[in-house]
Amino acid sequence: MHHLVIDRWSRGSSSLHQRDPRAKLAALLVFLVVLSTTRPGAQWAFVAYAVLLILTANLARLPILGLASRAALVLPFSATFALLTWWSGDSLRALALAEKSFLSGTAALLLVGTTPLTGWTAALESWRVPRMLILVIQFVYRYLFVIAEQVQRMRWAALCRGPKQRGFRLAAGLVGVLFARSWQRADGIYHAMLARGFRGRFVPAPPAPFRSSDALFLSTCLAGCLAIRMLL
Amino acid sequence: MSRVIQIAGLRYRYPDGTQALDGIDFHLNSGESVALFGANGSGKTTFVLHLNGLLRGEGSIEICGMRLADGTLEQIRSKVGVVFQDSDEQLFMPTVLEDVAFGPLNLGLSPDDALTRARTVLKRVGMAHAFERAPYHLSAGEKKRVAIAGVLAMDPEILVLDEPTTFLDPPTRRDLLSLLRSLPQAKVVVTHDANLARALTSRAVFFDQGRITGQGDVIEIIQRFHWEYS
Repeated sequence: MHHLVIDRWSRGSSSLHQRDPRAKLAALLVFLVVLSTTRPGAQWAFVAYAVLLILTANLARLPILGLASRAALVLPFSATFALLTWWSGDSLRALALAEKSFLSGTAALLLVGTTPLTGWTAALESWRVPRMLILVIQFVYRYLFVIAEQVQRMRWAALCRGPKQRGFRLAAGLVGVLFARSWQRADGIYHAMLARGFRGRFVPAPPAPFRSSDALFLSTCLAGCLAIRMLL
Repeated sequence: MSRVIQIAGLRYRYPDGTQALDGIDFHLNSGESVALFGANGSGKTTFVLHLNGLLRGEGSIEICGMRLADGTLEQIRSKVGVVFQDSDEQLFMPTVLEDVAFGPLNLGLSPDDALTRARTVLKRVGMAHAFERAPYHLSAGEKKRVAIAGVLAMDPEILVLDEPTTFLDPPTRRDLLSLLRSLPQAKVVVTHDANLARALTSRAVFFDQGRITGQGDVIEIIQRFHWEYS
């Protein structure tokens, strides 16, 4: 599963992995803002952004092709809008749309591939992102694995009873059962939380100190992004 | 020997009308371990969910001398540690250390103290190597150990174990058993496993359709209700 690979990546030990998640999250936001405001015809700027991402991935010791193939998962969605734009006669904007979504996806993957979930959700928390939203992200991520395993087991069980079973009826049955089981599991998790004294509020962890090396990293990213944006 | 659990006339009906518990009288002494036997759906799990007020039925429940009521719920939940059958439901935090520290933080310990206690308990259950690991990367036996650590970190007087050996292979089962035997708390063990009950408990209670239909020495109950595979 893709998220298993990314989870493994996030536990690396490169210098980028060691940067404060707040610095990496801020750098990502800067990159996304700069990228989204780049004019559609600035092809050299897109090339420069791609080079910047490749250098960063190299620094993080992440496989470039692995990153690119996962980031390409966003392309079917953006390609739909790109095609519509192309048909309306604006081919430059259509190309830029696909490029921007691919580069955005790669940058976001670089963040989650170099920062464990606990790190970037703690960074969001320190920025006063609503706690409930962070909890939902953490729970979805945590139980994605359990639900994915459950889907796999149910699929195998269905295939054992008829190798040619597929299609809408099987999928609908699996989704229905999965929903009921997820509901039961949510109930069980809530019971387990109450049993350990939960009173509706998670106790936050104290924030780690922001070091000068993190500030230097953020400044370098900021300078690089702005230079590309203004010069190319 | 002091009573840590005293229950009289406990009844509980689920919203769909099923009478899950129908007049349960039960007691547990300090340091004692008791096995709960009974067929699936006989009311064992519903019963243990009452021990720390997760379900609230009619009747009287006293835990460590405190009557279970809204005002005593928090204290009682710190006295009764429940280890659920499915560890995946119990391990919900992103890392093992954070998960074990979850209970102590809710008890009001400072983050530093909670983490120190979590580390101590994890070492005790043999999981010192897994502080920063994600719960979904653990094996079934490791998950069970961490789930037990999460409960022990709250320093309970009573441990409730719902089918603790389900999904575990024989060596892991053996390791878990020796861990459980080393814990001094009073234990309520819901199980179908007669070997586990014999090794861990001295007394057994047999549930049938929401009632206790037999209780006494664990070996006698196993024989009386033919509670073995062969």
